[in-house]
Amino acid sequence: MKADVPPSGPPLVELKEISKRYGDLLANDGIDLSIEPGEIHALLGENGAGKSTLVKILYGVIEPSAGEIRWQGRPVAIGSPVEARTLGIGMVFQHFSLFDELTVAENIAVALSGEWSLATVRGKLGEISRTYGLALDADRAVWTLSAGERQRIEIVRCLLQKPRLLILDEPTSVLTPQEAEHLFLTLDRLSAEGCSILYISHKLEEVRRLCRRATILRAGRVVATIDPRASSAREIAALMVGNEVGEIRADAPHHPQGEMLKISQLSMPPAGLHGQALTGINLVARAGEVVGIAGIAGNGQTELFAALSGERLAERPDAVVIAGKPAGTLGIDARRRLSAAFVPEERLGHAAAPTHRLSENTLISHAATEVSRTGFILANAAKRLARTIIQSFDVRTPEGDPQARKLSGGNLQKFVIGREIIRKPRLLVVDQPTWGVDAGAARLIRQALVDLARDGSAVVVVSQDLDELFEVADRMAVIHQGTMSPLKPIGEWTKEAVGLEMLGVAQAQGGAHAV
Amino acid sequence: MRFELTPRTNASVGMRVLASVAAFITAFLIAGLVIWIMGRSPVAAFDVYVLQPLSDPWAIQELIVKATPMALIAIGLSYCFRANLWNIGAEGQYVIGAVLGSWLALKTHGTDAGFWVLPAMLLLGIVGGALYGLIPAFLKTRFGVNEILTSLMLVYVAQLVLDYLVRGPWRDPKGFNFPQSVTFDPAATLPPVFEAGRVHYGAVFAVIAVLVTAVVLGRTLFGYRLKLTGDAPRAARFAGFSSRATTMAVFAISGGLAGLAGISEVAGQIGQLQPSISPGYGFTAITVAFLGRLNPIGILIASLVVALTFIGGESAQILLKLPLDLTQAFQGILLMCVLAADALVSYRIRLTTRGGGK
Repeated sequence: MKADVPPSGPPLVELKEISKRYGDLLANDGIDLSIEPGEIHALLGENGAGKSTLVKILYGVIEPSAGEIRWQGRPVAIGSPVEARTLGIGMVFQHFSLFDELTVAENIAVALSGEWSLATVRGKLGEISRTYGLALDADRAVWTLSAGERQRIEIVRCLLQKPRLLILDEPTSVLTPQEAEHLFLTLDRLSAEGCSILYISHKLEEVRRLCRRATILRAGRVVATIDPRASSAREIAALMVGNEVGEIRADAPHHPQGEMLKISQLSMPPAGLHGQALTGINLVARAGEVVGIAGIAGNGQTELFAALSGERLAERPDAVVIAGKPAGTLGIDARRRLSAAFVPEERLGHAAAPTHRLSENTLISHAATEVSRTGFILANAAKRLARTIIQSFDVRTPEGDPQARKLSGGNLQKFVIGREIIRKPRLLVVDQPTWGVDAGAARLIRQALVDLARDGSAVVVVSQDLDELFEVADRMAVIHQGTMSPLKPIGEWTKEAVGLEMLGVAQAQGGAHAV
Repeated sequence: MRFELTPRTNASVGMRVLASVAAFITAFLIAGLVIWIMGRSPVAAFDVYVLQPLSDPWAIQELIVKATPMALIAIGLSYCFRANLWNIGAEGQYVIGAVLGSWLALKTHGTDAGFWVLPAMLLLGIVGGALYGLIPAFLKTRFGVNEILTSLMLVYVAQLVLDYLVRGPWRDPKGFNFPQSVTFDPAATLPPVFEAGRVHYGAVFAVIAVLVTAVVLGRTLFGYRLKLTGDAPRAARFAGFSSRATTMAVFAISGGLAGLAGISEVAGQIGQLQPSISPGYGFTAITVAFLGRLNPIGILIASLVVALTFIGGESAQILLKLPLDLTQAFQGILLMCVLAADALVSYRIRLTTRGGGK
């Protein structure tokens, strides 16, 4: 499926057999990628496919374990972002690095580390703004600017250094559609002037609008380099999420009883600049079943979890009903007393306090129900509980009651999931249960989730790992830009259909799925 | 080339104790050097600063009197600092506590009001300090205003309020126009613990505060709440601890204890209101809290150590003609040394050459 590109001198940049290993994990596995001068090249892939790692290698942030980078045909070692910039590589990160209190011109001057005076920056800024249609007021303080304007600062900051290659990481995730269109025009102009662009995204429409070539990554490998305009959304989605059908478990006899969780018309504003609003979400999880929620990160999973756990409250009590009780406006402790339990995505800092011992960490979710009496901590009960969790869930610890940060990711995840399951909750909501966890721990965790459901609880699993969802879920829905697809039995989903929902092209193409 | 701090995973309790001792020795060596440069004998200074106060029973009483307000305030501050909230305005809460408590003393002056006056004064002192402490807490939780700035600025407001009162409406009419109130009645005076001694009941309050705090921080859910809020704020929210309630609670507690320190000092030590009722106890208590590593017993010891530098500083001024500023400099040097020792125990310093970015 290689797209034909007319050969015209050496490519601007060429990556050969780039690999990056983190312990057991191969984040990048022998990646080849070449970018021609003036080309807008897309890098597509699910979260965790290895896009960020690859780009960080190219920008000198991390060092590859193996492989070669050629710049205009010449092998180079890019040891730091400074060296990358000297070569002519500029990068706009997804999360901005700007000083809110400083003005636009000051922010740019600061980044240029004293090369130019403020007056020079102001002059150049005006020039670039006019040339590329990047309207910016040099003297506005950054905190008064919209996300789109802030991104313009980052882009201008790169352009001032006259880059040959501009890397943009998910640039439209914080933009309104109008701002995005504006950005595309700028990128077209840059490309016409011969600046190459590496465009990282998982939004198909954008990639088709901008790029003639796209490299698709999956699980650290290049699966294809294609012309996105010549391939159907279906084909691209299949390449991104994998063609092979997962082992769909033979429809286990599940007899769901009562509704343990009912979400109706749940809407919520985004939490902060990079958040995603939730709009009119409906979902039901019944006792005895595992409900899976698929989706690419940043489509509202974090907000959904916070709304379910009670860390953020809904406007109406009946937006979230737990075990028959309207709980939308109840805090997390009250929801725990309704026999709900929660495991957030972030292990260290959210589910557990890194510097606290495991026995203390049991307090975080058990204080409302056990291990404390009339305000006093029952230290021995907490220690016993920690020991029971460690034994029941095969948590490997360096010592009897270690600090949470001393456990490996997989073992800590077993602990925080065990901490909730051991309470025998009637509803368990888990966000990314096996993210960054080794295979053995992942298997144990998935088994524990399925067992909990078979024992009569409702389990909601939010995950980006489709294989995982196909393995554990009885019914599944897909979240995309804060809206939820219909909830269907797992047997009625194909990976392809999930992929299309994840990319938000399912509705657009109607039920016919004809492309 | 740059310095890199890598955490040590095996820092033992023994190492920490040893590091504290090393910190004290280093601080004394640096101070000795400064004194030597100033042309005085470091040995004589050590004698005046440390040995003489500790060998004189009167001076030991004085030591406890000076340590009392600092211990009370620092204990309160430890609640805030553990939760990573920065109450820098204990000095102001101390002053307002003293003012509100003294109001009752002045109201009942010359009447035959009974034994209830003193307890009511102490209670008013606590309430005054707590309410004054709640102002920055409210501004922070309601409007997101930085508590460091508001609590600090409110110190100056409190001092000027006190200044106005003792120069204006509360001035003693028979006081030859000196800016001070009448001397409190015996019923409004905090008695000494021992007959004819200098140590007043404030010292007892400080010890009680230390013991209660040791239990609260070590054994209760509230204590864990503060620790969790300070160490992992997101986990604290996940645990169901509202950060707003935590903020209000710790500011009320630290303000209340500062207020108690203020009214105890006025009713037990000074005996009347005057424009200055503190040589900066509220600020020095911040040093004390960190010298004591936010541990209640540690704070009690630290307050005695810092009180020693105050008393030694006063004698050094008289006997060696060393400026009082040197005392404050020494307090700063001591804190720096202790914090540095703490960092060195928790982290290993490595010199790395750049480029090997991992």
